[in-house]
Amino acid sequence: MNWLIAILQTALFVALAPLLAGWIKCCKCRLQNRKAPSIFQPYRDLIKLTHKQPVVSEQASWLFIKAPYLIFSATVLAATVVPLIAVDLPTSASADVIVMVGFFAFARFFLALAGLDIGTAFGGMGSSREMTISSLAEPAMLMAIFTLTMTASTTNLSFAITHVLNEGLVLRPSFVFALSALILVAVAETGRIPVDNPATHLELTMIHEAMILEYSGRHLALIEWASQLKLMLYGVLIANIFFPWGIAETFAVKALGYGLLAIMGKLAVLAIILAIAETLVAKMRLFRVQEYLSFAYLLGLLGMLSHIILEASR
Amino acid sequence: MTLLLAYSAVLLSFASGLLALMMNQRQHLQEFSQDWFNKFPDCKERFQSVIADNLDEKPFPIMLRQAVFVLLGLSGVVAILAGLSVLIGNKVITDQLSLGLPWLPWHVRFDGLSGFFFLIVGIATSAISLYGPGYVNSYDESQHPFAVLGLFTGLFVAGMLLVLLADDAFFFMIAWELMSVASYFLVAFQHENSANRRAAFIYLLMAEVGALAIILGFGVLAGFADGFTFDALREAKLSTSWASVAFVLALLGFGMKAGIVPVHVWLPEAHPVAPSHISALMSGVMLKIALYGLIRFCFDLLVDVHWQWGVVLLILGTFSALGGILYAMMQTNLKRLLAYSSVENIGIIFMVLGLSMIFMANGHPQLAALGLLAALLHAFNHALFKNLLFLGAGIIHHQTHELNIDMMGGLIKKMPKTSALFLIGCMSISSLPLFNGFVSEWLAFQTALQVDVLDNGVLRSLIPVAAAALALTAALAAACFVKVFGLIFLGLPRSHHCEKAREIQDQGMLAGTSLLAGLCFLFGIFPGLIISLINHVSGQLLGETLPNDAALGWLWLAPVAKTQASYSPLLVLIGALIAGCISFWYLRRNPATAIRTAETWDCGFGGLTHRMQYSSSAFTMPFRRIFAKVWIIDEQVDKDMQGAMNQDVAAVHYRLQVQDHSWPRLYDPIAQGVNTLAKVVGRIQTGNIRVYLGYSFVTLIILLWVIS
Repeated sequence: MNWLIAILQTALFVALAPLLAGWIKCCKCRLQNRKAPSIFQPYRDLIKLTHKQPVVSEQASWLFIKAPYLIFSATVLAATVVPLIAVDLPTSASADVIVMVGFFAFARFFLALAGLDIGTAFGGMGSSREMTISSLAEPAMLMAIFTLTMTASTTNLSFAITHVLNEGLVLRPSFVFALSALILVAVAETGRIPVDNPATHLELTMIHEAMILEYSGRHLALIEWASQLKLMLYGVLIANIFFPWGIAETFAVKALGYGLLAIMGKLAVLAIILAIAETLVAKMRLFRVQEYLSFAYLLGLLGMLSHIILEASR
Repeated sequence: MTLLLAYSAVLLSFASGLLALMMNQRQHLQEFSQDWFNKFPDCKERFQSVIADNLDEKPFPIMLRQAVFVLLGLSGVVAILAGLSVLIGNKVITDQLSLGLPWLPWHVRFDGLSGFFFLIVGIATSAISLYGPGYVNSYDESQHPFAVLGLFTGLFVAGMLLVLLADDAFFFMIAWELMSVASYFLVAFQHENSANRRAAFIYLLMAEVGALAIILGFGVLAGFADGFTFDALREAKLSTSWASVAFVLALLGFGMKAGIVPVHVWLPEAHPVAPSHISALMSGVMLKIALYGLIRFCFDLLVDVHWQWGVVLLILGTFSALGGILYAMMQTNLKRLLAYSSVENIGIIFMVLGLSMIFMANGHPQLAALGLLAALLHAFNHALFKNLLFLGAGIIHHQTHELNIDMMGGLIKKMPKTSALFLIGCMSISSLPLFNGFVSEWLAFQTALQVDVLDNGVLRSLIPVAAAALALTAALAAACFVKVFGLIFLGLPRSHHCEKAREIQDQGMLAGTSLLAGLCFLFGIFPGLIISLINHVSGQLLGETLPNDAALGWLWLAPVAKTQASYSPLLVLIGALIAGCISFWYLRRNPATAIRTAETWDCGFGGLTHRMQYSSSAFTMPFRRIFAKVWIIDEQVDKDMQGAMNQDVAAVHYRLQVQDHSWPRLYDPIAQGVNTLAKVVGRIQTGNIRVYLGYSFVTLIILLWVIS
């Protein structure tokens, strides 16, 4: 039963990810006085792509063709770890939050290799930039997460969320810092403005798009889906760690239903905030991203220090 | 029985070394066999044809090489068996050998810690001996005699095994020197290049300075003990300050061998110039022997560890890890890059050892056991994947005659098997889930996160920062090995050699590499197999093991408690397979969407060449800019002008040199100081015999005056 719910939750994760992407796009369009596409447009795009014949370069090796599947699987695995509508599921014990970061690293590794596989300048540029940004983002992210895991004294996300739930609404300075750090990292890692622009194909600025320039058809669909999933994962991580209220603690149908509604509401709000931010802020120069990410790291460090100095039990 | 296995491993490696000496003795062997046949005519009929065939001019070197490596491989297998039997039996065996000086017998002790490192040496040696025959075939016998290579390989392995068996300071140092000197000759094997001679000299110099520090360290301990056996040294009652002096000396000595920043400079010089299977042994195994020495010295001989030592190790380890990987990233020589990456991994191991010491000194032996476990596991894993990568580099060098990664590319299509094996190595070293490198890194993070139990506020804030540095190291390592794999195997070939490269034909070389790759994957999925063995080591060393139910399950890895953290690689693998298969099957079911191949998109301009790809320096350019202070960067762009008014650019030359800070900051001043001192001393050496006689006379008079 537990395993069934865990699998269902993962399926829900995978199924809802394009909806979130559609919703963000919709909000952004409204804010920018444009006519918005339907929020189901990402689904249509994915279906269209899967029905197309993929065109692969003559220079491509097996790695280029297999990489989308590996990237997608690794991202789905990361989704199994993060509690979406219910805590205490067996899958979240099979891997903790550090392993989740490892899954992201796994997906990124193959994405960067796929970018280098064809031997064009764009691919190499994207891979190089992606690896640079992620290597700066990873310590910042782990710093924020360590603050949480040290408070809850567990790296298991499910137990950590339960811990926050049991504590009730306590304003912890460390959590405020960690939340800000995690938001900054999430923006950088999912390739949103101001770090990367998902809507551009300008060679000077693109990062993620540069790596996947050679992909088409179902391969592109998988990669797009994986990046939508990653965006949603970060959203759920922020929503459920720092505002876990509403998540189902039992497996009753009613609790699960409330859990689903709660997370959809939280994600909708986060998406609006992201859309506003993306509309207000301009994209940064590539070599200012390091300052942005070191600021995120600094926030994470402050969170950690305030946990140690102000909140620790002794 | 176990001890017999250990001795026979040592003897077999000696034997393999001695057998290699037969290479030049073919004539004598023929004469000898003739004599023998004349004495025993019965044997003649049976063996003559076999022996005569093998002693022929052509097959003899091949047979002998194989025999040498078979003996070496046997020694490896026996070492594995010995290590396993002592680990599984959880035994401590002691013995005395009446070798050496008559009043100083060699004391031998074979316990869990030695057994664990026996396992590492054994696995590496077995893989090398599968790989070796194919690799050494390419050496020209007249220029690079196999006798030298084989002899010193055997002595080197024997030396490492003897270090692990030693139970007194004399025996330890003799074995240690055997290891150092034998490896010096291996580094200097291709001595016709002046770079190789220089590298070998630096290596020898640093090895000997390190050995001096170790001797002094033992000396400090022995000053408070009666005797040089480790048992006596354990009993020594040291004041904190003397213990710290001993610790610093040991850290300097063993750290020099292990390659900790800033005493790492011999590694990137020596590893690229040695033959690949030797660099694999040096990087994968010899550095671990230094680690063994440090663990033995600190945790076993100096009974009380202090938390300050742990902090020193933690900080040194952090600098080595970050420095190692950042320097590695800038290298274009593949083996040099791998050498720097060894500095990084040793740094990670030192960090975790430091954590273990801090927990030990603060009275949390169980957490100390966790740290020691993470450190030993990472040492084991590093031995596997670094050997794998060095052997892979050897295969690439063998097939393309190229070590500069800027000259490679596109090898994944020419060498599919090698590329798959190398990919496994890259994934393990980048600590990606499902591979062994991830497990030890995960355990390191878990150790660091237990910091809440400490009382000291400084430590409580220092350790998470170190953990974040570890995260940065891991991410940089992933970037570095994306570069390595991407530039070597993917893209378009960047040189003629790579275009013409073909898959290696020698089965042995592939087998040795596959063995290591298989183990990397096996221990990534079932880390419990090795962790339960290491648990015995920490039990013997620290008197504390991990909680039984938590660590030893074959499916789950939960080092502290299941509610705190758990990881089940097998479930993850199953999940990945399910997700991958579903998407694969679902998306490819429609035959109308079969893959179509076409030309690469060239923006409509046409003519994509390999020169347009990202190179190593292009890939690392963002890192170079962000971490600019870490290196000494010398970047020059020269333009050749032509045409009327010299306005048209005909060619652009780009030159980049990235140098290690430690040379100008640390070593050059030392070298200068030595030179100045030598000049000062040189003044009294006038070269005039009368002056020297005067010196003797004055000395004599002073001595007489002192005596009377």
